[in-house]
Amino acid sequence: MFKKILIANRGEIACRVIKTARKMGIATVAVYSDADRDALHVGMADEAVHIGPSPAAQSYIVIEKIMQAVRQTGAEAVHPGYGFLSENRGFAAALEAAGVAFIGPPSSAIEQMGDKITSKKIAQAAGVSTVPGHMGLIDDADHAAKIASQIGYPVMIKASAGGGGKGMRIAWNDTEAREGFQSSKNEAAASFGDDRIFIEKFVTQPRHIEIQVLGDQHGNIVYLHERECSIQRRNQKVIEEAPSPFLDPATRRAMGEQACALARAVGYTSAGTVEFIVDGQRNFYFLEMNTRLQVEHPVTELITGVDLVEQMIRVAAGQPLPFAQSDLKINGWAMESRLYAEDPYRNFLPSIGRLTRYRPPVEGPTANGVVRNDTGVFEGGEISMFYDPMIAKLCTWAPTRAEAIEEMRIALDSFEVEGIGHNLPFCAAVMDHPRFTSGNITTAFIAEEFPDGFTGTTLDPVTLRRVAAALAAMNRVAEIRRTRISGTMDNHTRKVGDDWVVTVQGESFVVKIAADRDGSTVHFPDGSHHRVTSDWHPGQPLAKLLVDGTALVMKVAKIPSGFRLRLRGADLKAHVRSPRAAELALLMLEKTPPDTSRFLLCPMPGLVVSVAVAAGDEVQEGQALATVEAMKMENILRAERRGVVKLVNAKPGASLRVDDVIMEFE
Amino acid sequence: MHDILSQLEARRSTARQGGGARRISAQHAKGKLTARERIELLLDEGSFEEFDMFVTHRCTDFGMDAERPAGDGVVTGWGTVNGRMVYVFAQDFTVMGGSVSETHGAKICKIMDMAVQNGAPVIGINDSGGARIQEGVASLAAYGEVFQRNVLASGVVPQISLIMGPCAGGAVYSPAMTDFIFMVKDSSYMFVTGPDVVKTVTNEVVTAEDLGGASTHTKKSSVADAAFENDVEALAETRRLIDFLPLNNREKPPVRPFFDDPARIEPSLDTLIPANPNQPYDMKELITKLADEGDFFEIQAAFACNIITGFIRLEGQTVGVVANQPMVLAGCLDIDSSRKAARFVRFCDAFEIPILTLVDVPGFLPGVAQEHDGVIKHGAKLLYAFGEATVPRVTVITRKAYGGAYVVMASKHLRADFNYAWPTAEIAVMGAKGAVEILYRSELGDPEKTAQRTADYEQRFANPFVAAEKGFVDEVIMPHSTRRRICRAFASLRGKKQTNPWKKHDNIPL
Repeated sequence: MFKKILIANRGEIACRVIKTARKMGIATVAVYSDADRDALHVGMADEAVHIGPSPAAQSYIVIEKIMQAVRQTGAEAVHPGYGFLSENRGFAAALEAAGVAFIGPPSSAIEQMGDKITSKKIAQAAGVSTVPGHMGLIDDADHAAKIASQIGYPVMIKASAGGGGKGMRIAWNDTEAREGFQSSKNEAAASFGDDRIFIEKFVTQPRHIEIQVLGDQHGNIVYLHERECSIQRRNQKVIEEAPSPFLDPATRRAMGEQACALARAVGYTSAGTVEFIVDGQRNFYFLEMNTRLQVEHPVTELITGVDLVEQMIRVAAGQPLPFAQSDLKINGWAMESRLYAEDPYRNFLPSIGRLTRYRPPVEGPTANGVVRNDTGVFEGGEISMFYDPMIAKLCTWAPTRAEAIEEMRIALDSFEVEGIGHNLPFCAAVMDHPRFTSGNITTAFIAEEFPDGFTGTTLDPVTLRRVAAALAAMNRVAEIRRTRISGTMDNHTRKVGDDWVVTVQGESFVVKIAADRDGSTVHFPDGSHHRVTSDWHPGQPLAKLLVDGTALVMKVAKIPSGFRLRLRGADLKAHVRSPRAAELALLMLEKTPPDTSRFLLCPMPGLVVSVAVAAGDEVQEGQALATVEAMKMENILRAERRGVVKLVNAKPGASLRVDDVIMEFE
Repeated sequence: MHDILSQLEARRSTARQGGGARRISAQHAKGKLTARERIELLLDEGSFEEFDMFVTHRCTDFGMDAERPAGDGVVTGWGTVNGRMVYVFAQDFTVMGGSVSETHGAKICKIMDMAVQNGAPVIGINDSGGARIQEGVASLAAYGEVFQRNVLASGVVPQISLIMGPCAGGAVYSPAMTDFIFMVKDSSYMFVTGPDVVKTVTNEVVTAEDLGGASTHTKKSSVADAAFENDVEALAETRRLIDFLPLNNREKPPVRPFFDDPARIEPSLDTLIPANPNQPYDMKELITKLADEGDFFEIQAAFACNIITGFIRLEGQTVGVVANQPMVLAGCLDIDSSRKAARFVRFCDAFEIPILTLVDVPGFLPGVAQEHDGVIKHGAKLLYAFGEATVPRVTVITRKAYGGAYVVMASKHLRADFNYAWPTAEIAVMGAKGAVEILYRSELGDPEKTAQRTADYEQRFANPFVAAEKGFVDEVIMPHSTRRRICRAFASLRGKKQTNPWKKHDNIPL
């Protein structure tokens, strides 16, 4: 076994690999760029080597710099993680030449799977199902109909030179195929001056399901079942799970066996992933093979109990796989939510800055499952603009899918991240979405269910009542503490009442609290009641309660006579008032937010260092517009709301006074 | 007998109606509460004890004798806020527009006298059309009596003014002399002369809101200390402020049970100071991470944002915080920030509230406008305020402490009790670049030499150890243990007694 390995990566995956290496008693070497000087993976590794400036193109993906670090530290093997050099044939070859083990597949396999057309041909030859289609020329409409019916409807008729939806038709029968062929051809000729047409199978209700394979250097190849990764936003995976709620055992076995066949065909070793697109009838078609450890590998680890990184290292060291296909069973269900530093309320704009608070949920076994969080950041750390915005992968495991989802809901609600925008509320909204919980998902889920982006969710009536009961009980605790202040009048202290009105999400709940030593019973006017117990105390930002015996977790902050609360993708202001105060509060006028100016004004006297946008640009709320230097400090001015830049008045180098107009918006 | 008792009930009932249902509806339609409703929300439920409910005015001119409403447009009395005694007056706009008569003024004076005698804060709720013109000079005299009491109560009991409607003309000078002024957005304004007079005299056209609304006074004039969305929120936040304040100048600040470990370690503070010395960071993160439960009541949050002032608790006890804010103007001192902080320091000192000073100051703001507007005199106010303070004081230098501003910001030389510095602190006369430009003027043509000189200066002075060697810094502390260190420091100062030489009063550079 290796004594020392180098991890040619950063962030959560570097930390992930270091953890396993440490468990195996292997020393680790981290590499880091300027921006990562204080990064988590650097602190976790036994040694760290600086490899250059912040941009990855000048550090993490420069083969020579990694090779230099390998030589300098005497590492015997390199784990590439994902991204960066993980699928770079040249890198694998350079390591081979230097006699250093690459913890991944042979460079030949990387090469063969690296090209979409080549990989598809190899897959076809290996008996892997690929999207059926006709690449040759089509004579006329009748020919088109004949080919289409051979492929099987529905089919997609496409212009060879096509793009942007032009010259594209979907046909469900012969008539439509004839018509579609003709209109596609005409449109293609008009649009591209090239009327060549081809036909392929149209995959309806597509899902992205992939098979994890693992091979050793002794010819053993197994599959570790599938992962469903259909929840994607613009091809970026957001939520993954294993197993898929859609596959039956026969399909799973067929996909697994084909994936192994493909791996065998290219002499694959180490961990790899064969991606398939699966239609509504469980027909599956090969997409591509990723010749590396996949981001979402933890869900596979959670249902199989296999540490994939450990097996990758053992395989690279020449050890045989310790299990056979028949040993690999699916145990329970695992979910993964990717935490991105992207602000869902600002159209998922990347958000950078200081993580003023970062408290993931406690990892390890819970009452009914397991929580795991693969992370590469820490509280007080900086999220920089140089790298992938994914900062953590929160995973849960439980015996069933429904339970794994419930574990995930609680884990998401327990995850505290402040200082940057992030997608936790969005993940929570997906977990509560009825279509997601039903398992009826496709790759179009986010586009279909959140067509206008994300503006937060509303709590369902049942949750809302539970929240109202919890807030009433919490408020009572806070108010009682206020009465315990020093300097009160003897014998005339304030008595905290039992009657309260909780106003949240536009609804008012009149409640009566019966408190005892162990908690509170909160009575509603309709005669129902909720039992609230908790050790929450004022000032705690994370409130963990039991309402009628089941967990309710929310992030709370104090606002005047109430709380700001965040849970289940909702971000709400709630007020808890005495009945009289609630009555008087109704007299307050609703105020419309003031019209913020159409100008970006200079907030201080200073020098314009740079302007980040130009006239005509569309800007998102929070986007950086310009940088002004004052008192030798660079201050980034950001858009207060969405808009379009009409005119930029200030140029870099200009010296501005307070309230000078930097730019105007439409 | 029964008749006599019911007569009292009838008279009370009439008095409680104020200006009657029609005027109350008009008040409500503006989103404003009535005087009695405001008092209800300000005080603990059922704790209000009213004075002078049946007082009526004595004016007979201009037909005034036809109407003598009980209470005369102001509701006065005392009650409790979370069990602690406060005195309160609330002008009733529904009764003669809340105008101030001789008797109206006398009612306010009565509770102010009792507040000073019994050592409890005075909370004034202002919603008044101004002087009662029919009474002439008697009305002015009433204002004068109130002003005089504001002055005498100053520094004896906390005085808080809530502006919840108009407050114009001479009337503004009573709130102006109180410790804190809170306004309600869109429904309150304060000015000495209104838009009409301004138009006549200077030809400036301005709305009441622009001239003296909550936004103007919290952002531009600094007359007000905070602005709130509506009456209900303003009253709730006033209760919250009172929880921070001592009842009078003979009492210690209040203590209440807390749920936060005084020894709490904050590893994230070790990375608060950016590697680049010219990059700002948010000082408020430090304040909320030091405070019990992250609870911070900021005063003048929207004005002179290069300095932060407000109240936190440490081990349950109130502490006033003064902190430079590197996010705004690099945290420099200037006229506005000096005035803002000086007034806050003097309030804390007057009421025995310990002061925590967090320092990251590159110096005083240079500029013609600053000099011509008197930064010398205004900057001196903060220096003076820190210099005369005798309350327990702890100072933490996080980064820059340059030049005269270093001395001003509660340095050891101004009798601060504990002066801590983070390892990132740089205590020097100025930044290295500026220093080299003066010290080695003749070598400025040689960039290599200059760079070397700058590096040398940084090496020598851009650290806390030179000051620590001289004892100007008591200890260099780890950022992550700052809460524990300052909690222990303040705990050790609970018995502090320090007096200044006898004087009639001081002569702060006003």
